[in-house]
Amino acid sequence: MKLDAKIPEGPLAEKWSKHKFNLKLVNPSNKRKYTVIVVGTGLAGSSAAASLAELGYNVKAFCYQDSPRRAHSIAAQGGINAAKNYRNDGDSVQRLFYDTIKGGDYRAREGNVYRLAEVSVNIIDQCVAQGVPFAREYGGLLDNRSFGGAQVSRTFYARGQTGQQLLLGAYSALNRQIHEGKVEMFSRHEMLDVVTVDGKAQGIIARNLVTGEIETHAAHAVLLCTGGYGNVYYLSTNAMGCNVTAAWRAHKRGAFFSNPCFTQIHPTCIPVSGDHQSKLTLMSESLRNDGRVWVPKTKELAAQLREGKIKATELKEDERDYFLERKYPSFGNLVPRDVASRNAKEMVDEGKGVGTSGVAVYLDFADAISRLGEDAVRAKYGNLFDMYYQITDENPYKQPMRIYPAVHYTMGGLWVDYNLQTTVPGLYALGEANFSDHGANRLGASALMQGLADGYFVIPYTLGDYLATIGPKAIDVKHPAFTETKKAVEERLQKLLSLKGNKTVDEYHRELGKIMWEYCGMSRSEEGLKKAKKLIQDLKTDFWKNAIVLGTNEEFNMSLEKAGRVADFIELGELMIDDALDRNESCGGHFRVESQTEEGEALRDDEKFAYVAAWQYTGENKPEALHKEDLKFENVKLSQRSYK
Amino acid sequence: MSGNMNLTLKVWRQPNGNTKGTFVSYPAPGISPDMSFLEMLDVVNEGLVKKGEDPIHFDHDCREGICGMCSLHINGRPHGPKQAITTCQLHMRSFHDGETIVIEPWRASAFPVIKDLAVDRSAFDRIQHAGGFVSVNTGGVPDANAIAIPKPVADEAFNSATCIGCGACVAACKNASAMLFVSAKVSQLALLPQGQPERYQRAQAMVNQMDTEGFGSCTNTGACEAECPKEIKITNIARMNRDYFTANFFKEEA
Repeated sequence: MKLDAKIPEGPLAEKWSKHKFNLKLVNPSNKRKYTVIVVGTGLAGSSAAASLAELGYNVKAFCYQDSPRRAHSIAAQGGINAAKNYRNDGDSVQRLFYDTIKGGDYRAREGNVYRLAEVSVNIIDQCVAQGVPFAREYGGLLDNRSFGGAQVSRTFYARGQTGQQLLLGAYSALNRQIHEGKVEMFSRHEMLDVVTVDGKAQGIIARNLVTGEIETHAAHAVLLCTGGYGNVYYLSTNAMGCNVTAAWRAHKRGAFFSNPCFTQIHPTCIPVSGDHQSKLTLMSESLRNDGRVWVPKTKELAAQLREGKIKATELKEDERDYFLERKYPSFGNLVPRDVASRNAKEMVDEGKGVGTSGVAVYLDFADAISRLGEDAVRAKYGNLFDMYYQITDENPYKQPMRIYPAVHYTMGGLWVDYNLQTTVPGLYALGEANFSDHGANRLGASALMQGLADGYFVIPYTLGDYLATIGPKAIDVKHPAFTETKKAVEERLQKLLSLKGNKTVDEYHRELGKIMWEYCGMSRSEEGLKKAKKLIQDLKTDFWKNAIVLGTNEEFNMSLEKAGRVADFIELGELMIDDALDRNESCGGHFRVESQTEEGEALRDDEKFAYVAAWQYTGENKPEALHKEDLKFENVKLSQRSYK
Repeated sequence: MSGNMNLTLKVWRQPNGNTKGTFVSYPAPGISPDMSFLEMLDVVNEGLVKKGEDPIHFDHDCREGICGMCSLHINGRPHGPKQAITTCQLHMRSFHDGETIVIEPWRASAFPVIKDLAVDRSAFDRIQHAGGFVSVNTGGVPDANAIAIPKPVADEAFNSATCIGCGACVAACKNASAMLFVSAKVSQLALLPQGQPERYQRAQAMVNQMDTEGFGSCTNTGACEAECPKEIKITNIARMNRDYFTANFFKEEA
């Protein structure tokens, strides 16, 4: 199959407006004859559901949480980028585009990224109109801060709770449409399969998580806004419920999965404290505006710190190594996430790690506190400092934070074309669930931007084109595909419920996480990946023999929910390994030890790997087929990324 | 490991909304003070699963204090003994060796129990559906900097908007009143210029829906404010009352 990204012809800056003009429209009175399913209610899902309902489509929205407001976008802290240039510091759509392409290490599509930068300015307007209380200056206008990978201040924020405020804005727009009767909301529902009829997506099978009822829902199109798959690593900054099931089921129904090995390890998270750990907590990248990252200069000093013989605050300036400032003088502490993470790992590997475990580096605010005062620092980051204190029992106003990288975001996801359509007609993927805009590394404050861009400003246009093409004829729910898919879902649930072994699902999940972190985490090698592949295959076999799944389907059953999700994660894990093996180059967050510069930076191989890997499912336990979409760069020159 | 604690849990177990519930005691041995409260429950649950017993069901998701999904009445207090945090941010160092911890779901007739410690808070969503929004469609809005908003006003609106909708205010209130929750949203939008056009209808619609859902009345005891993990202020309630009465007083304009 030839992958057609459908990038419009013409100059970069005109592609989107031209494309919008060329897209077919659905007549206003016909819109109410269409039904659209939106799965997931984070930034992408809520904004899409609300915007489509405003246009007049009937929308059915689904989320696994008890309310759409709780989707994990809510936890995004730092901010949202937009090329407003309110600072007069040289920002522009072109610069945001360039920073994003470069930050992604030249593994994203020019056309998509430019469009993202273009609509970024509308997002801020929209959110303000909804009543999102962004941070403001004394003159009453919006404030900005800086984020990694950029030399301009273009990040809008609402204290350290930007995701919360943006999601509550989108949720309020969604509520208005629920009130109007245009959106029917299904909370505590989990999508377990996509129904395809003659190759087109025409509905989903969902499980009511309270009663266990398996429901069939038909629609003219299905939008997956189901987030990322970071929980494949067990420990991540994702919420406990975040999962890949919807995307993975869609993959098995024909949607190609792209660049699954592109995962983002965020440099500033609270380090692991013990085996009981259930998740990791992020300390926003915005902290790197004022915090300085360092380790002791020598291994000896580090050892004394770990043993508690000396305190971090007692170390003199010349006993500290501010390694990011030293190695990257022009970006300093604000280098992109992949670079910051790898450097932290390097320091720990050299024996300079701190904290009792030795697997951490410092993020120090002493300078900022003496420069700005404790109150000013509290006003900016208060909630983050409180959270840190709560979790570690250490006061970050008095001593440096301990931080270490953790899995945070997945750039990979379902392959989509310029219209956000997957390889299954009628099936779309938005936000983190798709692969399209961040290449091999996402810049900070760009996830919120992309989720809302897709939902508010892209899909309302592109979906209409497809709907106009298929026409408003009612979907035939009597088609055997609905009953067959439902039956397959029920059989799988029964198979899971029949597992009465001796190992808990959490044990399998932890084991999978360890394999992935060890061999497909911050650095990857051919040897390690090959080993990991075998380990995962064995884990899968073992899971389907020895896992314990309790209870029945017809009840609120945590045990069953978790089992289904972990089973899918195991399969995804293997595909991630395959993808990492295939991509024998380093780029962004994907670091193959075989491919690095003399200074240990990621070394791309543009000759061989300037493509999007798109994997096709070919059957149970069969190797997936790799398709390649070549990336064309007509507007930027590919160069070795440098933040020095 | 040294410093680990042996605890006893008294947990509310209830298979579903139609069956009567009861307290069941479970030992929780070897609990590290560095665990979060929910991680402690994970450990207990893993033990139960190994024995083939149904794990304790509770709501939780982000585990960083922002999604509002976790709840739990711990030793008689919503989100446990500490101020201004959710249950997922509560750590076991707040308890001591040998302690018995009583864990209950939110108790309010508007929040019926679904199973064990999980309750149905969809009433909160329905209150938001009634008016918790500014009626603007996507697109066609003015530039974000077109209206200047004084920083103190924006900050105050943010303080109200920080509500996570967990329901602790209702659980803390002897009347199971939802006034703090509703007033937080009403206030956020009443403070901002964008919320002015629908300000009074909004207060009216949301309060009316709140009453329909069966939440109790406010008698100004202030328990909600004391227990709110996000420190939402009770002054929001005063603001909402003012708007609600204004709306009723000038009905034809509202």
